[in-house]
Amino acid sequence: MINLKRLLRVRGGVHAEEHKHATADLPIQTQLPIPERLYIPLQQHVGKPAEPVVKVGDKVLKGQLLAHSQGMISAPVHAPSSGLIADINFYPAPHPSALPIRTIVIETDGLDQWCELKPVDDPFALEPEEISMRVGAAGVVGMGGATFPAAVKLNLGRKTEIETLLINGGECEPYLTCDDRLMQERADAIIDGVRIMLHGLQAKQAKMGIEDNKPQAIAQMRTACRDFDNIEVIVTPTRYPMGWDRQLIRYITGEEVPAGSRATDVGVLMHNVATAYAIHQAIREGKPSVTRVVTVSGQAVASPGNFEAPIGTLISELFAHADVGESQVARIVMGGPMMGEALPHSDLPIVKASSGLLALGADEIKPGAEQPCIRCASCVDVCPVGLLPVDMANRIKANQLDAAVSIGLKDCISCGSCSYVCPSNIPLAHYFKYASGELIGRQQAQHKSEQTNKLMQERNKRMERIEKQKAEEAARRKAEKEARDKAKREQAEAEEATP
Amino acid sequence: MKIKPVSGPHHNVNRGVSRIMLHVIFALIPATLFGLYIFGWPAVNLFVVTIASALLFEYLCLKMAGKPKTVLLDGSALLTGWLLAMTLPPWAPWWIGVVGSALAIVIGKQVYGGLGQNVFNPAMLARVALLISFPVEMTTWANVTPLFSESAPDFSAALQITFMGAQLPDALTGATTLGHVKTELSLNHWLPESLNSFIDGRDAWLGFMRGSLGETSSVLLILGGLWLLIKGVISWRIPFAMLFSVWIFASLFHGWNPAQYLTPWTHLSSGALICAAFFIATDYVTSPNSAWGQLVFGFSCGLLIFIIRTWGGYPEGAGFAVLLMNAATPLIDHYIKPRIYGRNRKGAPLEVNE
Ligand code: SF4
Ligand code: SF4
Repeated sequence: MINLKRLLRVRGGVHAEEHKHATADLPIQTQLPIPERLYIPLQQHVGKPAEPVVKVGDKVLKGQLLAHSQGMISAPVHAPSSGLIADINFYPAPHPSALPIRTIVIETDGLDQWCELKPVDDPFALEPEEISMRVGAAGVVGMGGATFPAAVKLNLGRKTEIETLLINGGECEPYLTCDDRLMQERADAIIDGVRIMLHGLQAKQAKMGIEDNKPQAIAQMRTACRDFDNIEVIVTPTRYPMGWDRQLIRYITGEEVPAGSRATDVGVLMHNVATAYAIHQAIREGKPSVTRVVTVSGQAVASPGNFEAPIGTLISELFAHADVGESQVARIVMGGPMMGEALPHSDLPIVKASSGLLALGADEIKPGAEQPCIRCASCVDVCPVGLLPVDMANRIKANQLDAAVSIGLKDCISCGSCSYVCPSNIPLAHYFKYASGELIGRQQAQHKSEQTNKLMQERNKRMERIEKQKAEEAARRKAEKEARDKAKREQAEAEEATP
Repeated sequence: MKIKPVSGPHHNVNRGVSRIMLHVIFALIPATLFGLYIFGWPAVNLFVVTIASALLFEYLCLKMAGKPKTVLLDGSALLTGWLLAMTLPPWAPWWIGVVGSALAIVIGKQVYGGLGQNVFNPAMLARVALLISFPVEMTTWANVTPLFSESAPDFSAALQITFMGAQLPDALTGATTLGHVKTELSLNHWLPESLNSFIDGRDAWLGFMRGSLGETSSVLLILGGLWLLIKGVISWRIPFAMLFSVWIFASLFHGWNPAQYLTPWTHLSSGALICAAFFIATDYVTSPNSAWGQLVFGFSCGLLIFIIRTWGGYPEGAGFAVLLMNAATPLIDHYIKPRIYGRNRKGAPLEVNE
């Protein structure tokens, strides 16, 4: 089923242990009890945070606008359920640092009552611009984890006249099954979302890549798109990181996106299946992006599953629902185990990007003892970018960041494949993240010192100017005084001379 | 619930260095057992002495360097000793094994800073150093005398051979195939007769012939090598490039003048080549990292082996060839790097073709 010519295009990658069986066959649970409180961060996307339009004490309905988007790249935020605005303040963000972020807190009333929705019967009668406008107004962002505002991307694709819309159904991260379930259960809605996007983009065709470990999803999607010649489902091998956009683009189209360019430069645009579904909901039903499907899994989870939960639900509540044994949790991860972020605790809300919540047990994360590098080159073989992780890590260890950059550090996508296979358990990807952070810090420091220099120079110039002015002033005064003295003297002489 | 955040991946396969080493050793077992069987007790003695001394030297070095003793368990010293023992003449005296192990572990590995730091393959370094320093002991090849066969020395005779420096009667030793050919050619005897009287093709592949302790049976070595390939411990690139280049050059020259150049199959059936291709040239530490680098490395090894065997002063060239290419590895790694996604080989971004 897999095309050999295409297979040759795939570079690197690992056959990660899937761990998907725990949740792959469990239907999406939609009947979660509504949490008493929802914590909705105002920044769940790449770009500027949204600006609140409600105030504490306001009553809101489900789907009502809470905060509007600000600037070119931003996304609005809507109420995931009905209730009262209890607080607008800084609360810990679902991020490894758990740094506070501006958040709206809703005390739900349990009615889950929708505001008035404006569904569109025939989206294809709308102007393409109107599609992106509505998608933007519904707060749809990349649901695969990229969280880039979908409308901005649609506009970009339309302006650059892309030919092919790629739909990422790879879900290559282990453990996660939310996209798989979505494709199995809501294939028609996804295809509808894809068609709406095609219309919004004015693009010719869509191609959807799905890894071959999801035969049911493939079958469902193929059935759903059989009436549409311009939508094709393409089976990809199961190899992490197949869902890396550039890997999938290369696999499906054969095009390689040049370094520093965008996918649109080779005529394609990529969206995730969950985003397609969110767009379908936004246009057809007028529902903004207020829920998402989350996979809750891991060794410490007694009843794992796929839950459709309101944005802003606390992780601890989802965990309680999935019977997470608190004592067994060794690490909480938001996202997949390869690229996801470890969270410091579970009292953090889920956001639009939360595809998975993993409560991993000690056995699952047990790191092997770090041993010396044996130059086995496994890391080189698996790097999808074609980097030399072993050499980069050695240079970073020797504190030669520039040398590491010269062999491609900036092209690293932090996929973690190298760390995953290293027999010596060297945390390679960790070094690269650390070094990238260090580089950014350095750049900022340099920027700062440049700024200070500039200010200093300006100040010096100003001082010089003032000094010069002062000197000129003094000289003028002196000259004037001399002139006056001279005049006096002359006058005196003249008076003397006058008998 | 409070948990310390750490960066991903949050989950990995713990293959471990020792697992890899044990896989390689496992793959060596058939050929080793076969060697021990056909060369009898003296070979067993030498094998035990070599491995024990390799472990001892590793232990002493770790102690001196103040490194944890658990490193001894990573299996790398065991493997180095094992590989060295396999390449020694089976009836060599005990001190050959001890000196060899010292060279391999101390000079070949630990002076560079231990596992992963060395430039040369330790076992090959030791073997070549021994060959140059003790040419007589290193080129005295025992006859095939399977354990418990009539011609085989019994245990006490074996102790005499290994530890007491008992003189080997000429009747019990002889030349290896490649050594024989070299001598014959130097006497202007042409190949077909001299070979036909010397070997039987099937025995050569199976390994019933004179040679190094564990290198006579090409078939068993190939089996072990294939098993490593299947297990993903080694990649196909170095062994295949190496065997291919020996084969292609041997074919060309043999086709041109069959009287003077051996057939490609005689070349390939030499266990030393197979052992080097699958177990020695593939040593991670001393071979290039990139796919193309590995192909170049393997191909060059093969070419050097052919050159040394054909025109060099020694009948077997695998050790020298691998060492020479080890020295070239940093250069290969410097010049041959994988192409980065979205960039050309020079590192500049690809052009966007409209
Ligand atoms: S995978 Fe680990 S041990 Fe192997 S070369 Fe890379 S860093 Fe070294
Ligand atoms: S983390 Fe970076 S270096 Fe490692 S495999 Fe992924 S892209 Fe390559």
